[in-house]
Amino acid sequence: MIEIKQLCKSYGKLRVLNQISEGIERGEKVAVIGPSGSGKSTFLRCLNLLEKPDSGEIWFNGKNITAADVDTDQVRQHMGMVFQHFNLFPHLTIRQNITLAPVKLKKQSQAEADEQATQLLARIGLTDKADTYPNMLSGGQKQRVAIIRALAMNPEVMLFDEPTSALDPEMIGEVLDLIREVADSGMTMVIVTHEMKFAREVASRVLFMDEGKIKEQNDPARLFDSPQNQRLQEFLSKVL
Amino acid sequence: MRLFLAQSLWSDFQKSFLDKDRWLMYLDGLKMTLLLALVGTVVGIILGLLVALIKYSYSTRKKNKPWLTLLNWLANLYTTVIRGTPVVVQLLILFSLSFMPNGVLASFIGFGVNSGAYVAEVFRSGINSIDMGQMEAGRSLGLSSRATMRYIILPQAIKNILPALFNEFIALVKETSVAGYIAVNDLTKVADRIKGITFVNLPLYIVALMYLCIVYLLTLIQKRIEVRYSRSDRN
Ligand SMILES: Nc1ncnc2c1ncn2[C@@H]1O[C@H](COP(=O)(O)OP(=O)(O)OP(=O)(O)O)[C@@H](O)[C@H]1O
Ligand SMILES: [Mg+2]
Repeated sequence: MIEIKQLCKSYGKLRVLNQISEGIERGEKVAVIGPSGSGKSTFLRCLNLLEKPDSGEIWFNGKNITAADVDTDQVRQHMGMVFQHFNLFPHLTIRQNITLAPVKLKKQSQAEADEQATQLLARIGLTDKADTYPNMLSGGQKQRVAIIRALAMNPEVMLFDEPTSALDPEMIGEVLDLIREVADSGMTMVIVTHEMKFAREVASRVLFMDEGKIKEQNDPARLFDSPQNQRLQEFLSKVL
Repeated sequence: MRLFLAQSLWSDFQKSFLDKDRWLMYLDGLKMTLLLALVGTVVGIILGLLVALIKYSYSTRKKNKPWLTLLNWLANLYTTVIRGTPVVVQLLILFSLSFMPNGVLASFIGFGVNSGAYVAEVFRSGINSIDMGQMEAGRSLGLSSRATMRYIILPQAIKNILPALFNEFIALVKETSVAGYIAVNDLTKVADRIKGITFVNLPLYIVALMYLCIVYLLTLIQKRIEVRYSRSDRN
């Protein structure tokens, strides 16, 4: 579904992504792990073109989305993204946060979008918060709303960038539960995470990134239990 | 002695305020001053927003289309020239243009254009004060940069800069006192004219007091608004 070819990205002299080639199949749950600064976020943000690659190609559903004439907004409508810091819109109610994009992009009427928002909020048990503002929610609630806000666009793939890193420990569980549920629904996902236990349990494949490259990848059991790459061994010995 | 002072003050007051219903002139002057400030602020907000949006879209794109480069250049020229020259000179130049029918219209345009150059900066900092994550969240949902600006960034930015915009209005109430230079009967000009007719200085003190009261009142209103905002922000 996503085909990445020789992806390169630098900030000034700093080479953040170095010739990454990778394929992601429909239905896969790919976890991306690696030390801080290894380029995980940049990699993820290139997938939905929040960062513009310097060179290389990204193909999504058989289309080269890095080509010059591509409608980036159109592409992003099919890729949901969840950020570390939630990025809810503070001036809009929870319901408006969820319905804004579907309505403005004419995917749904306001009534349809409201109906869908109600269903999504029921799914995460926050129906009673529909008409309050984000600052009334806890961190875990905010992130769960951010997830269903992305789901409201009916994306084909969901990108998560450390979705639990900004949360108090007691709220991590509820967010991981929701992500797990989304995974079980068959959604294709790419998750950058520091939660190794979660990656092992939910991911169908784990990528280890280091120095702008994917140094090793495997199914979770093998990658965590018998790492080959020395950097991965060092990394795992530190975080596990 | 004290009696004499009081008597002469009373007679000055009669001459400059009561005789021939001169207080009506102050009222007209006040109306004109408030009108100039209001129109100036509104025009300034429209121009300022426009300029800020041009500069913003120019600065966020890597490769710019020629027309945007031109617009950005014009925007920079505009703010540089307006901020670098006195408002009175700007008014006099506008008034001197052959197609300008009267001083009032020249003042509407002049104060609006002048204010716009400053309001642009207010908008720019307002937009920059919004977290980058807001733009990214909007774009990641598939909204265009224009839609994200309109529905997500600007509503938050405007809320943040509302006090500053109100300040601009208050400042214009005072700044428009130079409109008399181009034959506009604003509050200051009225005082000057009555002083010329009556040969007493009291009219100047009267309008000074009127300015003070209005500015004080507006500041009170502004504080009210700010308090209400900070309350809604906290929770
Ligand atoms: N906009 C930017 N401008 C300049 N340098 C950047 C920018 N974004 C990221 N970098 C740098 O690129 C490198 C990779 O960043 P990236 O955010 O992709 O790492 P990461 O693997 O996600 O790290 P972390 O685990 O800390 O989130 C870092 O050294 C970072 O400082
Ligand atoms: Mg990161």
